[in-house]
Amino acid sequence: MGILQEGDRLPTVKEAVGMVAINPNTVFKAYRELEAEGLVQGRTGIGTFVLKRPSGPAPGTHDVLAKKLATWIKEARAAGLSTEQLEALIQITLRGGDYGANDSKRN
Amino acid sequence: MEQMTVNAIETQGLGKRYGSFWALQDCTITVPKGSITALVGPNGAGKSTLLKLLVGLNRPSSGSCTVLGDTSGASITPSIGYLAQEVPLYKQLSAEDHIQLGRRINIRWDSELAREHITKLDIPLDRSVKSLSGGQRAQVALALALAKKPKLLLLDEPVAALDPLAREDFLQSLTQAVADAEGELTVLMSSHLINDLERISDHLIVLATGKTQLCDSTSNVQQTHKLLIGARQPQPKNDAFTIVSAVHTPRQTTMLVRLKQPNFHDPQWQIQDVALEEITLAYMRGARQQAHKQLTKGDA
Repeated sequence: MGILQEGDRLPTVKEAVGMVAINPNTVFKAYRELEAEGLVQGRTGIGTFVLKRPSGPAPGTHDVLAKKLATWIKEARAAGLSTEQLEALIQITLRGGDYGANDSKRN
Repeated sequence: MEQMTVNAIETQGLGKRYGSFWALQDCTITVPKGSITALVGPNGAGKSTLLKLLVGLNRPSSGSCTVLGDTSGASITPSIGYLAQEVPLYKQLSAEDHIQLGRRINIRWDSELAREHITKLDIPLDRSVKSLSGGQRAQVALALALAKKPKLLLLDEPVAALDPLAREDFLQSLTQAVADAEGELTVLMSSHLINDLERISDHLIVLATGKTQLCDSTSNVQQTHKLLIGARQPQPKNDAFTIVSAVHTPRQTTMLVRLKQPNFHDPQWQIQDVALEEITLAYMRGARQQAHKQLTKGDA
């Protein structure tokens, strides 16, 4: 489906189902959820259009964080950690404490 | 918009006995209108038996079923498309012959729709069905079932014998047909290829050892089933869940549980999401163990 920007029309449910074999009800439900979140707007007889970007960090934030993470990974590699050990360390640290997480699942 | 709770199929304690053997027992299920419902279970679970009862090819030994609002079975036959496991087509006849035949023996029939479906897939209309590949035959059979303009489509293992590409094409055709029908077509499809289900179906029924193990929307199933991992507890008791399956090692207990309420938290347990495939497998395994226990009890 690719990248959509403000003002773009989303594929219709039928078009989306035509692109990938997927349950049409699931697509419909996803569109309704996007609409409820105010991200898209359905216009009768015309289609569903992108209203705005999802809330969250501004574009580019990921890049900055990824660069910092890359430095850290290099350091960890130099210390002799394997990929699996790296992943485990991240998981353990994430679970180990509250670093200002507001994960809705935990409420 | 509120979701209408109209069901295309409702059964109550439905059972079928052959001699002293119950092929299907106490089967209570619902299939929401407009859904693609997956009917999953191991061989011999009663899937085909259930489908035959629903379509009216067999009479129940116990219980009742309501299909498209009708309990008698006879009057709704024109509204049901049924595709049996062995893809029953006349091998000597061509796809076009089948379309002509269908036109003569059905009340409602859309020849053009069938031709369109078949030619779109570059399947020759004029060659005998026996010269077609397995995937093409399945597509012809689906096209014929859809030409009836059914409100309910019952498919018995439609993709089991197909290669991955043909399977994908078949599921594509099926989802497209459901999208085109705009909520007026309900599909109940039996399969043991659990992988395809997560994408294709929005409602799930698990049958094992002739009994219903699970019947719910796939999103509910995923929300209420979690994997709990924690320190060993041979007999964990908790009102918040029921245990579907559990594995105990000397130090650790891993359980697949069904939560009474979603959003369960307990510091004792590490909680993980589980794929639909794992959930269905756990139910099937559990049912087999149960059946085995009963058998050995009977011997004692």
